[in-house]
Amino acid sequence: MGPVGRPPGLLFQPTRPTPTCLTMLHRFATLVAACTVVLVLAGSLVTSTGSGLSVPDWPTSYGWSMFTFPPSKWVGGIFYEHGHRLIASTVGSLTILLAAWLWRSDSRRWMKRLGVAALGAVILQGLLGGLTVLFFLPTAVSTAHAGLAEIFFCMTVAIALFTSKGWILGAGQVDDGWLRRATAATTAIVYAQILIGATMRHSNAGLAIPDFPLMFGGLVPDHWDRQIAIHFAHRLGALVVTASVIAAFVRVWRRHGGTRALTIPATLLAALVVIQVTLGGLTILTKRGVWINSMHVVVGALVLATSLVLALRSWRVKFRAAPASNEAEIAA
Amino acid sequence: MRLRSVTVYALALTVAASVAACGGGGQESAPASAPAAAPAGQRVDPATAGEVTGTVVLDGTAPANVAIKMNADPICIKQAPGTQMQETFAVAADGKSLGNVFVYVKDGLGNYVYDAPSGIATIDQKGCRYIPHVFGMRVGQKLEILNSDPTLHNIHATPKANSEFNTGQPIQGMKTEHTFASQEVMVPFKCDVHGWMNAYVGVLDHPYFTVTGADGKFALKGLPAGTYTIEAWHERLGATTQSVTLAAKETKDVSFTLKVPATATN
Repeated sequence: MGPVGRPPGLLFQPTRPTPTCLTMLHRFATLVAACTVVLVLAGSLVTSTGSGLSVPDWPTSYGWSMFTFPPSKWVGGIFYEHGHRLIASTVGSLTILLAAWLWRSDSRRWMKRLGVAALGAVILQGLLGGLTVLFFLPTAVSTAHAGLAEIFFCMTVAIALFTSKGWILGAGQVDDGWLRRATAATTAIVYAQILIGATMRHSNAGLAIPDFPLMFGGLVPDHWDRQIAIHFAHRLGALVVTASVIAAFVRVWRRHGGTRALTIPATLLAALVVIQVTLGGLTILTKRGVWINSMHVVVGALVLATSLVLALRSWRVKFRAAPASNEAEIAA
Repeated sequence: MRLRSVTVYALALTVAASVAACGGGGQESAPASAPAAAPAGQRVDPATAGEVTGTVVLDGTAPANVAIKMNADPICIKQAPGTQMQETFAVAADGKSLGNVFVYVKDGLGNYVYDAPSGIATIDQKGCRYIPHVFGMRVGQKLEILNSDPTLHNIHATPKANSEFNTGQPIQGMKTEHTFASQEVMVPFKCDVHGWMNAYVGVLDHPYFTVTGADGKFALKGLPAGTYTIEAWHERLGATTQSVTLAAKETKDVSFTLKVPATATN
């Protein structure tokens, strides 16, 4: 099929974007995902510095519009909380553009829906952020805010992946049912572990077990309460995540060692888990040092996103193949 | 037509009667013609009242107060130049007597009634600190929260029995008023902008409370004869109680000892 044809099922039909346009869309989606990482860092710094209520009102900031609040007043905890709000607004605006771009340029109906869903998620995320301030950081709302942040981040990463040349061309496809199940399970386990971590963080249980790697000097706590149980669950979850990631890593390298689309995320995932466990231990040993604690949150998000990419690439063979014409267009 | 009017009136009366029967959601209202109820219980006779005085001392050595880093807000550095220390352990020169301890009658007052609190309790944000650091006030008494600093503060109270509040005061000279509806010892205050700022208020339904001075001394004046549980509360060392029996016009001296745990930190 020549480049001027428009067969049914063509991946990018409506405005027939050029390859350059498609590359730009992918780059923009990647930018949104990268900005979301910054947003996650800003959010984690708010919690780590205890600044969540340093701006008591929402959506205004001390009565000013968020965008006209004088920088001279961004002092102490306000710097983190107000900065988080501004970065969130930026990511929200970028997501509007991304959703509109996908709606206009991507012929895949599910991609249009994914863009709209990401926009809905970021709006809901903003509302949860406001509610948690207005209701003095209730654990349930703050944990939901943290949990939805990860889902939104995963959406932006998935959009960046789905708009990539490698995905559209179907590079590195393997048909491995075990790997598909294992990577999907790993992603779900990592997300559950993040939710437990968020619950721990927002219920002030981060130092409920004050030593590491032992727990009150033993392999399991010698006494229990709710906070210790949450903290213990997070440590146990770390073991499950590590085992799950090792299993996926070994499988990828043993069976698909020549498939870079899988070996790269599998290796990155394993490396990130090592870093994440180290940061988790250091968080306790430094008594929740602000930057260590915050980076633990950020690397957790990166572990989730990398696990998602590995899972999606494992499942690529199950996605409908892109039409040959479109592949040619992208390849050009 | 007449029948319809009668029906409408009957319906209105029925609704009004139902509302009257159910109304108030648990708040019982006195008949409109009844006089205001006299307060139950007896009043304290100042002529026979006694006094409990004493000192709060440490058992052990308090950790040194931590220096405050105010560099998160240049205005705070300007307002409070020089080395600034936390106020957690207000230890007197003798190394034993402890200030900033809230002392109050915890139990034993029975059903005495007291005049409504007069005057306004005040907490000021000055030099990026709360002044006072520890204080007491009555249930229903007006608390004036003042920002004397040319920087912004938020005053965030985190009570358990009362309602939490978080009020921004971005402009120097701003005043906010608040009252607490329930007794609570203690209600913590904090500023989320300046993490080092904290204060504590004890809210009581009687007037027998005080805070130890820099010399660790206190006095609970005007107490009627009786046997009381008196508590001394410190923000880091916790609380200790003593039972004190006071005769009419008697002044009794008691000392509270707060043990410093080996692991105590500031």
